[in-house]
Amino acid sequence: MEIDPFIFRLSIFILSIFIGYFVVWSVTPSLHTPLMSVTNAISSVIIVGAIIASFSSLDGSNISFSNILGFIAVTLAAINIFGGFLVTQRMLQMYKKKEKKKNK
Amino acid sequence: MSANLSSVLFLITGVLFILALRGLSSPETSRMGNFFGITGMILAIVVSILSVDIFFSNLIYFIVALSVGGIIGGIIAFKIPMTAMPQLVAGFHSLVGLAAVLVALSAYYSPDSFGLGTFQKIKTASIIEMGLGVSIGAITFTGSIIAFMKLQGVMSGSPLTFPGQHYLNALLGILIISLIGYLVVNQSTQIFWILIVASLLIGFLIIIPIGGADMPVVISMLNSYSGWAAAGIGFTLENTALIITGALVGSSGAILSYIMCKGMNRSFLNVILGGFGTDNSSNDKKDKTEKKPVKSGNAEDAAFLMKNASSVIIVPGYGMAVAQAQHALREMVDKLKKNDVKVSYAIHPVAGRMPGHMNVLLAEANVPYDEVFELDDINNDFANTDVAYVIGANDVTNPVAKTDPKSPIFGMPILDVEKCKSVLFVKRSMSPGYAGVDNELFYRDNTLMLFADAKKMTEDIVKHLD
Repeated sequence: MEIDPFIFRLSIFILSIFIGYFVVWSVTPSLHTPLMSVTNAISSVIIVGAIIASFSSLDGSNISFSNILGFIAVTLAAINIFGGFLVTQRMLQMYKKKEKKKNK
Repeated sequence: MSANLSSVLFLITGVLFILALRGLSSPETSRMGNFFGITGMILAIVVSILSVDIFFSNLIYFIVALSVGGIIGGIIAFKIPMTAMPQLVAGFHSLVGLAAVLVALSAYYSPDSFGLGTFQKIKTASIIEMGLGVSIGAITFTGSIIAFMKLQGVMSGSPLTFPGQHYLNALLGILIISLIGYLVVNQSTQIFWILIVASLLIGFLIIIPIGGADMPVVISMLNSYSGWAAAGIGFTLENTALIITGALVGSSGAILSYIMCKGMNRSFLNVILGGFGTDNSSNDKKDKTEKKPVKSGNAEDAAFLMKNASSVIIVPGYGMAVAQAQHALREMVDKLKKNDVKVSYAIHPVAGRMPGHMNVLLAEANVPYDEVFELDDINNDFANTDVAYVIGANDVTNPVAKTDPKSPIFGMPILDVEKCKSVLFVKRSMSPGYAGVDNELFYRDNTLMLFADAKKMTEDIVKHLD
């Protein structure tokens, strides 16, 4: 009997939860704020759905309701992607070690 | 682009995102991690563009949408003060939630372009996944907006409760689950919209009873929800990158919620049911607090004590952030170090309004991260430290948590500040902290209260250190 492709996706999902579990426990507590902003940024990969929605049977002359929803979603996701990654970068640049160790 | 190739590339995106989180295990590798994250995102966008049939001229709409969002996001990222990170993150969560709702709606109205069937004849599995995605997305959206407003101070931080609240929520929860089930038989527009409205409503209702002190848990929880929403949409669109990312973000938020709950010794359910914690500006004066004698001092006393100490531990809390005292604090520490005083910082897991908030604020004030310690790593050091300088923290130092089983904060892990030879406590008044509990530490013989604004007091101490 053939396996439903859904089962494959479910497997990926479950295994990713476990990967997430172990990876996130290894994040140092001092970086928990950047962790939140970066997870925020990556969850905006939902933009891939927004792109499909934007261009679904779009032929230039008639823009459907679905296309408009798609473009709004692209804009929202873009705010998150740029905002999320840039603010994370800004924070990470602030983390510095003690200056006096010059032998490095 | 062939479906197989794009799937493989989406898988690579997922792997890059895993590496992005892995990088955060230490500040040295974190910047590289962020770079992996950005690469993964660019890859995902390029692959999606190449996989849809587009007329080249239509690409302009996409570029406009992306640029508008990008510019707004970029400006926010550079302008936002670090003290406002919690509300920024809450605001960003709401956008993920809303984007999930919009994508699901779009897929509902034009399922053919997503390969899910035809309008109102969507495949059974897809409509369930879509229902889940849209519902979690809507909950994330309104929940995050409430969290944002509470953190921004637009809305009172005190818990809003009313009779029958839990029954109403339970009822709505059952309604949502039933509606998702009902979509299998009847995919009418009304049902889909009622599902969205019910989810928007419950998102709003579950956050309003949660008080200001529990905000770290709320933000982490909404972080988790935004992940599950993305995963729901990922299942609908059969997209590996979204499924992997959703799972990563979902579990990340869940772990952070767990850490925050443990930091307050409260169960997750207890936080969700709400009603704990009061407004920032609560000045409810309890008569008994006035009775006991308190020793209070000024900046000169504090400067003298610290200058002559051999070791000082700084305990910052949210009050430091509110007063913007982190830069003055860093100046004070520099002066102390010149006097050969050993200085370190102790951070409680729930200090601040979101996980790791204090660390970012100290990093912003150029405090090296290897001088900043977490509760478990520093708690034993208080006993052989001369002075603890508590600035803007309160409940997390209250010894009552260890001694009084009747106290609402009993069992919460605390920083053993009272073991220091002397404790300097910067506070504006005697008012209790978020938990509404009187801090026994104020009345100890080795405690000196410094009644002032955290920034003003620290600046005054700096002057007296010369």
